[in-house]
Amino acid sequence: MATPTTGSTVAPETLRTPAVRSKSQQKRHNRYVIAPLVLIGVNVVLFLVFFVWPGALGLIYSFTDYRGVGRLNFIGLANFQKLFADSTFYAALSRTFLYTLLSVPLIYVSSLGVAALLVSRAVRGRTAAKIVIFLPWLISPIVVGVIWKWMFGQDFGFVNFVISTLGGSPLPWSSNANLALTVVIFAAAWGGTAFNMLLFIAALKNIPEALLEAAELDGANAWQRFRHVTLPGIAPTSFMVILLSTIHAMKEFAMIQALTNGGPGTENVLIVQYIYKTGFEQSKVGYASAASMVLMVVLLAIALIQLRFNKKKG
Amino acid sequence: MATAANLPPVSDEVAVLGAEEAARTADQRNMRNGRAKLSAPLTGLMWLIVAIYALPLLWFILSSFKPGSELFTYPLSMIPREWTFQGFIDAWERVDFAQYFLNTATVALVTTVLTVFFSACTGYALAKYNNPGTRLFFVCILATTMLPTEVILNPTFTVIRDLGLYNSLSGIIVPSVLTATGVFMFRQFFLTVPDDLLHSARIDGASELTIFFRIMLPLSRPILFTLAIFSFQWRWNDYIWPLIVLNDPKWYTLQVALRSIVGAENIDWPVLLGASVISILPLVLVFFVCQKYVLNADVSAGLKD
Repeated sequence: MATPTTGSTVAPETLRTPAVRSKSQQKRHNRYVIAPLVLIGVNVVLFLVFFVWPGALGLIYSFTDYRGVGRLNFIGLANFQKLFADSTFYAALSRTFLYTLLSVPLIYVSSLGVAALLVSRAVRGRTAAKIVIFLPWLISPIVVGVIWKWMFGQDFGFVNFVISTLGGSPLPWSSNANLALTVVIFAAAWGGTAFNMLLFIAALKNIPEALLEAAELDGANAWQRFRHVTLPGIAPTSFMVILLSTIHAMKEFAMIQALTNGGPGTENVLIVQYIYKTGFEQSKVGYASAASMVLMVVLLAIALIQLRFNKKKG
Repeated sequence: MATAANLPPVSDEVAVLGAEEAARTADQRNMRNGRAKLSAPLTGLMWLIVAIYALPLLWFILSSFKPGSELFTYPLSMIPREWTFQGFIDAWERVDFAQYFLNTATVALVTTVLTVFFSACTGYALAKYNNPGTRLFFVCILATTMLPTEVILNPTFTVIRDLGLYNSLSGIIVPSVLTATGVFMFRQFFLTVPDDLLHSARIDGASELTIFFRIMLPLSRPILFTLAIFSFQWRWNDYIWPLIVLNDPKWYTLQVALRSIVGAENIDWPVLLGASVISILPLVLVFFVCQKYVLNADVSAGLKD
């Protein structure tokens, strides 16, 4: 297709005005097409290389029995069939859901509660309190895992010591699956509060004081003010916090690896650990990729449901 | 009230209004008293929560000063009965901290500089050029927050290997440069910069890149600083990338090195406690130096509509 060209190959007889126009067109082109392209170029390449390429590879792997080396051998849907019959996969997936369902509300309540106290003028020593509560954010998930493993040690752990000092009997924190998961949930809330707290503080500060005072004058009690003024005011932030911490919980890996390593046994293996173990430790790359695809669908579904929910409310 | 006093006859209506107003100020006074009364319990509650948050860390750090024998003798005590640095000394001898600090710092610093720079470029382009290409890329960036790298671990490993980045620090750095949060933060910031500023610069003959580098980038300093803080923390504490990219212990980052102590059959607690405390020191020190900036950082910049 021969298209009319602009720039240097313009016919001589049209040089006067059209050439000027095409020159300015060229300049516009540079301004509005080339400039943004230069600016986003590197990130586009990174996106293609580290998201699109592995994403496509993962999809391909999920239909093969690839083990990390050798040729790709397509086996159709066999991985998925095997996956849906695999009780350890189900256990990992359902544990991940359980963990998410329990830890996200705890993180939400703790970060909102702390943020509400930290913006209340009635509280003394807010800056110092903020610094202390922020400290866990600096600590890597690995060390967060180590800290809580140390707190909840079975024989010489702090928590069991307190329980037995108070006359109770020490709990088997690491050999009982549900207790081990409880510890993981506490650790996640401890490590996950600070960042969300900052988000909530920013949101709470944005609520006009006059609105709260008006509600107070109208006789609304603290709960009513919170329910009808504060909560709607921070709705967009709430939505982001819930969405981000849900996705974060679904891909929890480092902290749980240091804390329980999926134990006791393999009862608390969460889905990312399952993918890591099958893919890297047992070299079942094709099979692990199929599990990854299922996780991807689950995450997308969660994001879409929450988006829909958010739209309805907004 | 002063004007009302100057008016000759005060109508009943005005009088009622005045009374209502007086009642209102009384209400407000009561409210303020109520707040003062609330102050003590709320402060108490806050500090109880602070104590709960501080306890694990305090217990952990104090334990690292106890000799190995004291760690496992009843009754436990918060304050070490005998203070010792042996755990730290052993950890320092056992773990090649100098190397791991160097590796981790290199990764964190280089990635942070690149992330901040390319996030600024991308965020600016997404905010100020509204052509189909940039709009499509915005959707793509959104997708990366929904589909975290953890989901595509194995194929990403293949890509890293095929690119020759396996077992090198650049294998951790390069894939981490594109950060959705960073791009969002800059996009939201640049949306608030008036277009008129751009137009007048264009009329003055500035090229697009000049506008970006000379006007926009300096303007975005607060976001730049915020993202730098956050990016540094993310990279310093990163675990999954170093874990899959590194094989040779000489390239290990702190987190992978720590994990190899936790993963041992029998955990050597004095060494693990010492090593963990040493590993968190650099970030804690940086935090206390620029604590004001960290706590006031506009983390919500990427989230506001």
